[in-house]
Amino acid sequence: MLTARNANYDSGCIHVENLNLWYSESHALKDICLNVPRGSITALIGPSGCGKSTFLRTLNRMHDQNELVRIEGDVRYQNQNIFDPHIDVSALRKEIGMVFQTPNPFKMSIYDNVAYGPKIQGIRKREQLDSIVIQALKDAFLYDEVADRLDQSASALSGGQKQRLCIARALAANPKVILMDEPTSALDPVSTHKVEELILSLKEKYTIVIVTHNMQQAARISDYTAFFLNGSLVEFSRTKEMFENAKDERTQNYISGRFG
Amino acid sequence: MLQTISKKRKIQSMFFRNLMRICGWGCAAIAFSICAYILVRGVGELSFGFVFSKPSYIKETIGILPDLLNTIYLVVAALALVVPLGVGAAIYLCEYSRNAKMSALIEHAAEILSGIPSIIYGLVGMLFFCQFLGLKTSLAAGVLTMVIMNLPGMIRSAQESLKTVPVSLKEGAYALGAGKWKVIRSIVLPACLPGVCTGMILCCGRMVGESAALLFTAGFAHSINGFVQALQTSGATLSVALYVYAKEQGNFDAAFGIAAILIILVLAINLLSGWIQKRFGTLD
Repeated sequence: MLTARNANYDSGCIHVENLNLWYSESHALKDICLNVPRGSITALIGPSGCGKSTFLRTLNRMHDQNELVRIEGDVRYQNQNIFDPHIDVSALRKEIGMVFQTPNPFKMSIYDNVAYGPKIQGIRKREQLDSIVIQALKDAFLYDEVADRLDQSASALSGGQKQRLCIARALAANPKVILMDEPTSALDPVSTHKVEELILSLKEKYTIVIVTHNMQQAARISDYTAFFLNGSLVEFSRTKEMFENAKDERTQNYISGRFG
Repeated sequence: MLQTISKKRKIQSMFFRNLMRICGWGCAAIAFSICAYILVRGVGELSFGFVFSKPSYIKETIGILPDLLNTIYLVVAALALVVPLGVGAAIYLCEYSRNAKMSALIEHAAEILSGIPSIIYGLVGMLFFCQFLGLKTSLAAGVLTMVIMNLPGMIRSAQESLKTVPVSLKEGAYALGAGKWKVIRSIVLPACLPGVCTGMILCCGRMVGESAALLFTAGFAHSINGFVQALQTSGATLSVALYVYAKEQGNFDAAFGIAAILIILVLAINLLSGWIQKRFGTLD
């Protein structure tokens, strides 16, 4: 079951089969088949509007709120179809965390931001929360910068710090997979560098899927890369392979900067 | 060389600048002179006995304590109903309702309701609450009429502030596994608190200033009652008392005394609303 913490059976792997998605009439994802490898970083690249973010958001059912979206096909996580009506979507999102394009810390203290996830999961004991929050902040390379002001508002942080706080917040919920939707596109180069370093350090413990339209970023940090175009998955392979020797001509053109 | 500005354009722009200046200062002057006139005429009437006693027909003194108390009772009771109802309706419209036509209809109805003259609310309140529901002329009927009258405004201001809560924050909470109610309670409601406060204060102002609707429903007795007792009996609020003293008894000195108190109250409420917006509106 999704809620079982000890299920190491194929944990962290997502299998996508014949996934189709429509925004009312427009066919945004076409027959996507993809296996997200465990314990690695998978980058989703492609020009704007190619469906990479849409794809990412199906993996933790973020389209649920939007009634215009219609989805067909299978996304299997821990051997269960995540669209199965019996699945508890909250439990799914605890397993598969998400970091967004623009840092979106809640208007609460730094501590409460990170404790938000654990509190939802019913953790109330102060010592336990303390240790989760501190560990998450440390894992997100943020603890040293905020250790003396955990009770202050998160809105006073810089953009890069906010994004690392959002990553800490995702980590504190103890996920197995983390989805990242262009997490550095709103950040300056130095903050971007820090966040990239952080992402690399996380892949030992987590499976990461990251959308980026920065190809250098994909090349720098990812193990696997999926290239999307007009809602279809054109090519999926090891990043090194794709950047050195793409099989599909369209991938070659995109990577070499001939379009997009 | 660039052409210099022609004399005609200079004169034109000066003319319009000064015209607008006159409009602006004129408006301010009207508002300030009314306030000043009332305060100058009214403050002299204010004394401890005037504010903190009830009127005596034998001694022929006037005291507005009952009216002051009635005003407070009315505002507190009406707010206790308006705020939860209005915020609840706004949350339903913004967060739950999936039927856009239905939401538009409700919003439209609220808009129409807020444009209806208050005396019509009074008439309807009298027929429905006082007679049909058998509440008679009582503060309770006045409270319910105020609730109906202020609900649209409350819904609107709550809705406006709900709309300003960024989708990204809600998504962030959903992505951590939060359920709908949890998101509303922990993310949406705190973010819209300043808007709700502002709406509440505007309601206060409107209720304190209302007279027509209350003449019909709450009546104009001047007796001192406890909260529960007051709800069951007829009672004048300050604005109603002002009308009664001025029109029925021709006592303009007392009316100006009450007017001064009302002006001070409304000013205080406005200052409070400004302060709340400054204090909580710019958290981010």
